[in-house]
Amino acid sequence: MAVTARKTAGATKAGATRTAATAKMPSKRGPAAASPTLEQERQAYRDMLLIRRFEEKAGQMYGMGLIGGFCHLYIGQEAVVVGMQMAAKQGDQVITGYRDHGHMLACGMDPKGVMAELTGRRGGLSKGKGGSMHMFSVEKHFYGGHGIVGAQVSLGTGLAFANRYRGNDNVSMTYFGDGAANQGQVYESFNMAELWKLPVVYVIENNRYAMGTSVSRASAQTDFSKRGISFNIPGEQVDGMDFRAVYAAAQRAIQWCRDGKGPYILEMQTYRYRGHSMSDPAKYRSKDEVQKMREERDPIEQVRRRLLDEWKVSEDELKALDARCREIVNEAAEFATHDPEPDVSELWTDILK
Amino acid sequence: MAIDILMPALSPTMEKGNLAKWLKNEGDRVKSGDIIAEIETDKATMEVEAVDEGILAKILVPAGSADVPVNQKIAVLAGEGEDVAAVAAGGGAAAQPAPAPAAEAAPPAAAEAPAPAPAPQSVPAAPASYDASAEAPPGTEMVTTTMREALRDAMAEEMRRDPDVFVMGEEVAEYQGAYKVTQGLLQEFGPRRVVDTPITEHGFAGVAVGAAFTGLRPVVEFMTFNFAMQAIDHIINSAAKTLYMSGGQMGCPIVFRGPNGAAARVAAQHSQDYAAWYSNVPGLKVVSPSNAADAKGLLKAAIRDPNPVIFLENEILYGQSSPVPRLDDFVVPIGKARIARPGKDVTIVSWSIGMSYALKAAEELAKKHIYAEVIDLRTIRPMDIETVVASVMKTGRCVTVEEGWPQSGVGSQIAAEIMERAFDYLDAPVRRVTGKDVPMPYAANLEKLALPNVGEVIEAARAVCYR
Repeated sequence: MAVTARKTAGATKAGATRTAATAKMPSKRGPAAASPTLEQERQAYRDMLLIRRFEEKAGQMYGMGLIGGFCHLYIGQEAVVVGMQMAAKQGDQVITGYRDHGHMLACGMDPKGVMAELTGRRGGLSKGKGGSMHMFSVEKHFYGGHGIVGAQVSLGTGLAFANRYRGNDNVSMTYFGDGAANQGQVYESFNMAELWKLPVVYVIENNRYAMGTSVSRASAQTDFSKRGISFNIPGEQVDGMDFRAVYAAAQRAIQWCRDGKGPYILEMQTYRYRGHSMSDPAKYRSKDEVQKMREERDPIEQVRRRLLDEWKVSEDELKALDARCREIVNEAAEFATHDPEPDVSELWTDILK
Repeated sequence: MAIDILMPALSPTMEKGNLAKWLKNEGDRVKSGDIIAEIETDKATMEVEAVDEGILAKILVPAGSADVPVNQKIAVLAGEGEDVAAVAAGGGAAAQPAPAPAAEAAPPAAAEAPAPAPAPQSVPAAPASYDASAEAPPGTEMVTTTMREALRDAMAEEMRRDPDVFVMGEEVAEYQGAYKVTQGLLQEFGPRRVVDTPITEHGFAGVAVGAAFTGLRPVVEFMTFNFAMQAIDHIINSAAKTLYMSGGQMGCPIVFRGPNGAAARVAAQHSQDYAAWYSNVPGLKVVSPSNAADAKGLLKAAIRDPNPVIFLENEILYGQSSPVPRLDDFVVPIGKARIARPGKDVTIVSWSIGMSYALKAAEELAKKHIYAEVIDLRTIRPMDIETVVASVMKTGRCVTVEEGWPQSGVGSQIAAEIMERAFDYLDAPVRRVTGKDVPMPYAANLEKLALPNVGEVIEAARAVCYR
C-alpha cells in the first residue's frame, strides 16, 4: 500500500464518527482514493520534472547573478504539490510560503512569468516588484508566495472562510513547513477552521529542517499530523516522496473538506536536496544523508521506474518528456534574461488601487 | 452611620446614565449582593448591587431619571440600629453630586481667560462644532446621533448595499459589541455576516485578509487598536503590501476599525495612539473622525474603498452626539480635511478627540482676539496637506494637536511638510502639542498630565503668535 497514513485525531474525544472515518479511511469517507492512471503518472512525471529542471536552472541563474535576494528551491519536494494538485479541481485555491516556485508551476502559471519575476523583469508575474517569494495569480487561484513564515496559514484559512461564505465547494490548499508549524497563528487558524468547519487542507511540508534547525531540535511534538488533535482536526502522515501516496491522501483530505466536515491536516514527509536558500551551505546535515535520499527516495525517479517497469512506457518517450521540460525552462530563462527591467515609473504604481 | 449609594460608572468613560428601575423599595432590607436598581447608558443596561447591608431609608433619584451624573447620591441606607426616618430626612438634604475625580477634562486655561470680547466683523461667526450640512445638500434634515450609532448605521447601510461586506471581531455579534458599536447587526444580518471570533487577533486578522484577497469586504473590529499589535504583521505585510508585490493583481479591500488612543484610566497597554504608526505605511489609508457625521460618511467610504483602511475611532467620542444628515447615502470622501472653524491668525491642525482640545482652545483664543483656523484632518493618510498649507500661507503660523507621542508623530510630519512647502510664509516655527513622551500612567493626575489639554494648545498658539 502506498499510503503510510496514520490516524491521529480519532484518538481524541471527538467521537466515533471521526475515529472511524480517520482510522480506516475508505469505508466512511466515501470511495477509496483512486490509484493514478497511466496518464496521471505520466502527467506527474512531467510536472515534477518541469519543477526540477526549472529549479536547477534558477539555481544556476542565481549563481550567475541574474537572480538576486533570496531564492528557495523546491528540489526534492516535487511530489507534494504535484500529487495535491492532481486531486484538486478548478477553483480550489493554493497558498504557500516562500518556497513557492514549484507550487506556481503546478498551478499552471507561466514558467516565463515566474522566471522573469525571479530576475526582476517587467514580464515577471508581479512586474518584477515581488520577486521569488511574492507572486500571485488570481486567474490560477494561486494566492502567494508569502515571505513571513506562517502568515499564509491564517491567510489560507481566510480563503476557506470565503469559500464557506460564498457557499461554493472550493477547498483551500494551505501549505507550510515544519518550521512554520511552530508559529502561534497556525493554532489560532486551526481553532477557527475547525470551529467554523472551513474547507482547508493544511499541507505541512516536513522537509526535516527549518533553515538549519532539524525538526527534533525545534519541535516538542515531531509528528505534525498530531498537531490538530486538540482542535479535533484529523491528520495523516504521508510519504511525501511518493507521488501515489500524496495523491491518495490528497483525495481523502480534499473530499473531507468538500463534504463540509472542516479542515484536514496532511503531514508530507519530504526532503529538500538543496540548502534552505541559495546562500545556505547546509552544514547541519551530512552529505551522506542527502545522497541516500536522492538515490533511494527520489520522487521523480520513483515515478520513472514505475512508468518503465509497470506501465511499460519506452525510455525514448521519457527522454522526449525530459527534452520538452528542458526546452520550456530554457525558453523561460532566455526570456527572463533578456526581458527589460520594469519601467522606472513602476516604482510609484500599485500602491493603492 | 448612614451609607450613601452613589450612581456607579459602568465604564472608564461613562459620565452619566439613566436610572431605569428600582428593585427595592424604601423600607426594604438590603443585603450585600442584592440587586437594588438597574441603570442604563447608551451602550448597556447594568444591575446595581448593594455593597453594604441595611435598610433602604430613602430613594433620592426616582426610577426613570435620565442623565444622572456618575457619583451622584441616588439613595441612602440606614445601617444596623439606625433610625430609618432620621437617615431618610438627613440623606435627602445632602443629595448633591459628589465631585467627579479627574474624569472631567475642564480646560485649565479657561479660568484665566479674560471676559469675552465681541469678534470683529472680518472674522465670520465660526461654528463651534462641525456643521455636517457642508457636505450634504442645503436643506438636508439633520439628526442628532451618537458616534456609536453613526458607525453602526454606516456598517448596516453598507451591508444592505453589498452582500460581500461582513463584520468580524471579538464580541461583535451576540454581545452586540464590546462598546456596542455593532448593536443590532446580528439581528438584521445573521451570524454568517456578523462573525464572533475567538480572542485571536493575529489569526482572525489573517483570516480576514485572506478573505479580502478573494474579493470579500471584511470590516474587522479590534476591541481596541492596542490589541491589533498582535495582528500588525497581517495589517502591514499581508494587507498593505500585497497589491504592490503582486504587480497590481491582488488587492485587499478591508477595513480595520476600533477604538484607538487613550480612553480613561486604562493605563499604558490600553491607551496608545496608533495614528502615526499606521500613517507611516504606504498601501494603507488611515482615517480618524471627530464627529458622528464624519464617522458615518467616512466609514461608508472606507468600506467601499478597494484598499486596506485603518479606521481609528475613540472610545470617549462614542457617546457624543452631533448632527448627521438624513440622506439615503451620505458618504464623506477619504483624504479631504475640513476647516472646522475659519480664522486668520494661526492654523490649528488636529483630528479625532484632538479636535475637542483644538476647538475649545480656539474659542478661548478668540476672547483674546486671536482668531484660530481649526482644521480637522479627518484622514491621516493620504493627508490633505494642501488644505493645511493653504491655511498656513494665510495665517503664517501653525500648531498641531495629537494624543500620540511626539517623536515621529503626525505633528512632526505636518511640520516637515509645512517647512518644505510654505517655509517663506511662516512667521514662527510650527509648534506641536502632543501626548507626553511616556507610557500612559494610571493615576488620574498623572494621566491628565500625560495627555494634551486645552491650556497647552492655547499656550502654543499664543507662543507662535508672540502674544
